[in-house]
Amino acid sequence: MDGLTLMILKRLAFGVVTLFVISLIISLGVELLPGDLAQAMLGQSATPETLAAFRKELGLDQPMYVRYLTWITGILQGDLGTSLASHRPVVDLLGGRLGNTIFLAAVSAAIAVPVAVILGMLAALYRESWFDKFISMTTLSTISFPEFFVGYILVLFLAVEFNVFPSIAKLNSRMDFFDQLYAISLPAITLTLVVIAHMMRMTRAAILNVMTSPYIEMATLKGMTRSRIIVKHAFPNALSPVINVIVLNLAYLVVGVVVVEVVFVYPGLGQLLVDSVSKRDLPVVQASVMIFASTYVLLNLTADVLAIISNPKLRHPK
Amino acid sequence: MSRLLTIKDLKIEGYQEEKWNGIVHGVSLTLERGEVIGLIGESGAGKSTIGIASMGYARPGCRITGGSIEFDGMDLAQASDEELRKLRGVRIAYVAQSAAASFNPAHTLLQQFAETPVKHGVMTFAEAEVKAIELYRSLDLPNPESIGSRYPHQVSGGQLQRAMVAMAMSCDPDLIIFDEPTTALDVTTQIEVLSSIKNAIKQHNTAAIYITHDLAVVAQISDRIMVLRYGNEVETGLVGQIVQDPKEDYTRELLSVRNVRHDTMEHSDSDSTILEVKNISASYGNGVRVLNNVSTKVTKGMTVAVVGESGSGKSTMARVITGLLPPEEGEILFHGQPLSPSFKDRSLDLLQRIQMIYQMPDVALNPRQKVKDVIGRSVEFYTGLKGEYKKARVLELIEKIELSDSYLDRFPSELSGGEKQRVCIARALAAEPELIICDEVTSALDQLVAKEILTLLQDLQNELGMSYLFITHDLATVKAISDDIVVMYGGEVVEQGSKTEILTPPHHDYTDLLLSSVPEMDPNWLDGVLQHRLDLEARGVIIHT
Repeated sequence: MDGLTLMILKRLAFGVVTLFVISLIISLGVELLPGDLAQAMLGQSATPETLAAFRKELGLDQPMYVRYLTWITGILQGDLGTSLASHRPVVDLLGGRLGNTIFLAAVSAAIAVPVAVILGMLAALYRESWFDKFISMTTLSTISFPEFFVGYILVLFLAVEFNVFPSIAKLNSRMDFFDQLYAISLPAITLTLVVIAHMMRMTRAAILNVMTSPYIEMATLKGMTRSRIIVKHAFPNALSPVINVIVLNLAYLVVGVVVVEVVFVYPGLGQLLVDSVSKRDLPVVQASVMIFASTYVLLNLTADVLAIISNPKLRHPK
Repeated sequence: MSRLLTIKDLKIEGYQEEKWNGIVHGVSLTLERGEVIGLIGESGAGKSTIGIASMGYARPGCRITGGSIEFDGMDLAQASDEELRKLRGVRIAYVAQSAAASFNPAHTLLQQFAETPVKHGVMTFAEAEVKAIELYRSLDLPNPESIGSRYPHQVSGGQLQRAMVAMAMSCDPDLIIFDEPTTALDVTTQIEVLSSIKNAIKQHNTAAIYITHDLAVVAQISDRIMVLRYGNEVETGLVGQIVQDPKEDYTRELLSVRNVRHDTMEHSDSDSTILEVKNISASYGNGVRVLNNVSTKVTKGMTVAVVGESGSGKSTMARVITGLLPPEEGEILFHGQPLSPSFKDRSLDLLQRIQMIYQMPDVALNPRQKVKDVIGRSVEFYTGLKGEYKKARVLELIEKIELSDSYLDRFPSELSGGEKQRVCIARALAAEPELIICDEVTSALDQLVAKEILTLLQDLQNELGMSYLFITHDLATVKAISDDIVVMYGGEVVEQGSKTEILTPPHHDYTDLLLSSVPEMDPNWLDGVLQHRLDLEARGVIIHT
């Protein structure tokens, strides 16, 4: 497993470089946006003098590279900095939000991944049947609609018409686990519907791709049932592409949920990011983006490691 | 007891180019219990298709359209999928050509062995394991108690093939279909597997359909032989009758020993050496030596055959000579001048004088280029001819390879395997080379087509006087075409010399092993060679299985 460890270390090193580049891009990006925090907080009517004074107080009068250096020195020392808008430490702002985002992502993944893989296997098993076509059509439709549309349709039917689930996903510390689960059921279902199609179709395609292998014919000629062939013979050899797509979708569940959070007024990281961008609150933006980017880097690394481990030739060397 | 298998007037069609075409046109055969029938023919003869049809199975894109397959009183052509499934693996089992591809890479040998008896409810897993060890032992697999816990990639090709035979015998089937089970193996390994199969089916009194394109192999193992061509039966008879007294011309052609080379040319003196390889050693980056201190030379107008089994380093030698793999030590002399180790540092003129033809013509031709472009590009690149001159040269070349000008506008997909290889030859000729390296050029071709290609290469050499370095694992090809022979084993030259020196006794021990491993038509050959092998082993020759 020496090669594997080396690969992980290399990839982590590249990941750090990636994060560094991203932090640069974000700083430049926010700089290029018109206006700044002082402008956003004091409004249009503020006099140039008050603006300048406020900027000085916030440290915004210094050139961009100085502010960036200060920020990155802090990061390297484990200090995410202080929010310019609320003067609270960024860590405090992010902590709860990140937990919420991960909770929602985990619940959605726990529903979406098994359902997608099982549907994919069933679609491969009943290939070209009405069932296969129905599954294909349904999942394609749910992915084709924008997320907010799916979200509002669910709210209309499941919250307004039948009142099964709450339309707003509010969490508070007095709720126990199941209350929280109940509270986020609608956003979780929305996300599930959005990500299921990719994973299901990749499972189906990867299995069918393997189905032309000689060892599948061998299993058929050993008198195995088609369901056993798909589950025991085809799927273990189709894992690698499936893992990749699953992980890509997991990353999306963490990073791409802004719209869903807005629709369901869910206190996640995405909403915080959007708010902070509109306020030009750079330290918070930087920290959120760093978390999103790390999620991508780490999940992709996980995918590659899993894909390697799923290969018996690498797991059991000669 | 009733007859085990009766196939009557079997018709099978395959779907190609948007219509159904006949593959098998009404073949009938019978098989008694414990009897072995050999199906023999070239590719496209329908022998595999008939073989697996006797399990009631047609590959995707094929369908059984007529006739009956009566197995122990049940018509498999009419049986339901569920009835067939219960039969397969238990009463009729299948052994495929490539065990490496037909074993599931994700499960151990034992898991795959036990699957059939356990899932069909014949045995428990523990009983299956006992049975596996017993069969592994009777098939001479090393460490029969523990080999089952290995994954397919952890055992050698010959062992894997025997493990597949064991898997087929797990439920003591009445009939086993062997679909070219030894074709993918080296000659020395082939013998071991062949004798294991022969003993195992004799011991269990299993009936078998043995499919192969090699008449000599099938003669060792079967009671009767059916010769097939284009999906029709040519003739059927007892082994002795087919081998000694074939009735049909086609069978006679299959039997005829290939001999293309006419030993008319005298050995020229050492002055006309065009290529000399001196003490080269090479490896592929990972530090494992693939070639160790190899020396040989090629004389003008002569054919040097490099022979050896897979892993002997013969193809690596070609890569070193062409400059694709720079050697770590040693040098290559071309007309006495040292050649740059890497092809990147060689002049166009030098590149032109050494050409290569590959094993797989399918892969070596760009599927999007017409024949005239394939050859034309090489003409223009090496000789600079353009326009009308280029056209004339391409036409000349296409005549040299004995194809008509109607082939010029075809794409590779519209050519047969032999025709594609001819185009590859023309492409190499376009450079007007002095040396052509032929890397297993006939291995992917049928016997008769291979013979035509060898004849063409020989005619071209007589006419144009270039030299060949002929890499092959097939000793029949070596006998057919070579002047000199280089025998390689484990990255080293074991023996080299003129064809007569190498092929007449006394041999070097490894050469002896190779030569004695080539199957002969004599049905008693296998028993004789096994005895011979024991003698060799007693003298300390390492035999890999």
